[in-house]
Amino acid sequence: MKVGLLYSRIRKDEKLLLAELRDRGHEVEKIDVRKERFGLESTTANVEDLDIVVDRCLSTSRSLYASRFLDSYGVPVVNGPETADVCADKAKNSLALAEAGVPTPATEVAFTTDAALEAIEEFGYPCVLKPVVGSWGRLMAKIESRSAAEAILEHKATLGHYEHKVFYVQEFVDKPGRDIRVVAVDGEPVAAMTRTSDHWLTNAAKGGEVTAFEVDETVADLVKTASDAVGGGLLGVDLMEVGGEGSGEYTVHEVNHTVEFKALNSAVETDVPAAVVDWLETKAEAAAGNDDDAVEVTAP
Amino acid sequence: MTQAECVECGGDVSLYDDLEVGEIIDCGTCGAELEVIDVSPPVLDRAPELEEDWGE
Repeated sequence: MKVGLLYSRIRKDEKLLLAELRDRGHEVEKIDVRKERFGLESTTANVEDLDIVVDRCLSTSRSLYASRFLDSYGVPVVNGPETADVCADKAKNSLALAEAGVPTPATEVAFTTDAALEAIEEFGYPCVLKPVVGSWGRLMAKIESRSAAEAILEHKATLGHYEHKVFYVQEFVDKPGRDIRVVAVDGEPVAAMTRTSDHWLTNAAKGGEVTAFEVDETVADLVKTASDAVGGGLLGVDLMEVGGEGSGEYTVHEVNHTVEFKALNSAVETDVPAAVVDWLETKAEAAAGNDDDAVEVTAP
Repeated sequence: MTQAECVECGGDVSLYDDLEVGEIIDCGTCGAELEVIDVSPPVLDRAPELEEDWGE
């Protein structure tokens, strides 16, 4: 198959994917979105004849727009723009999970510092303030006092992009020093790991120690429901154990749509990029089956 | 393994054979993050600064 890969930076994750695709004899068209233009009917990117495009943009804004434009041209793209739209925004993400009945941390959004402070006071201390768009644990605040809340809110209101004035306040979940990342394809778990740290942020990007985690039936069900709730695709579903390690009770705090898997690949026996490419082959085949209308995209 | 020149400090940067355009590598001499602009022959430039919407 001929696979397009949208990117603006090649991480180890993309290198693993590229190596697997090429090893299997697939043709790869790397598309650096920084160099392309996207018109209403066509693009400068060479997307003609691609069986499928994988969105691996490091930048959320580029991911959202590039996947939306490609989708509008009729080019099969994973993850699709609807999934990206929900996953890129923590408020939409939380809403989608709650609407699907997936247990997720209690969350409120407020638009002024006064209203946000009210929300924080109602949650009590500690609670968590997150940017609605962001990743790798950046700009996350665990708020332990009213004075800290006032200072953080003032800084966000003064210094931030307008998105920082959308105050996303969440209950603090007292997890057992670790959370769980499950990489899944259309709701089917590929592999999972725990991320452990003494810090309240356990992200692998923050240095959390990763260990393989065996997905139980409860987690598998939650991952499937969470994946369906955001539109499916290649996703990283993050869960926390409620009530201690091994409690069997979970809350899903977010679903990531341009999931990184290098840390997972190093922690588990499963060949994660191989599983992803297996899935891509299936998606491309399905797209070809649905694609009786030939895709014709020319430069604007 | 080939080598290229760091655009920041002028030092030699060792490059692996599976180098990819768009990849970021660190200069072992000055620590600068460098983006691979071309692989044949290898061309490096300063990598873009981290932006707020980067991530997964």
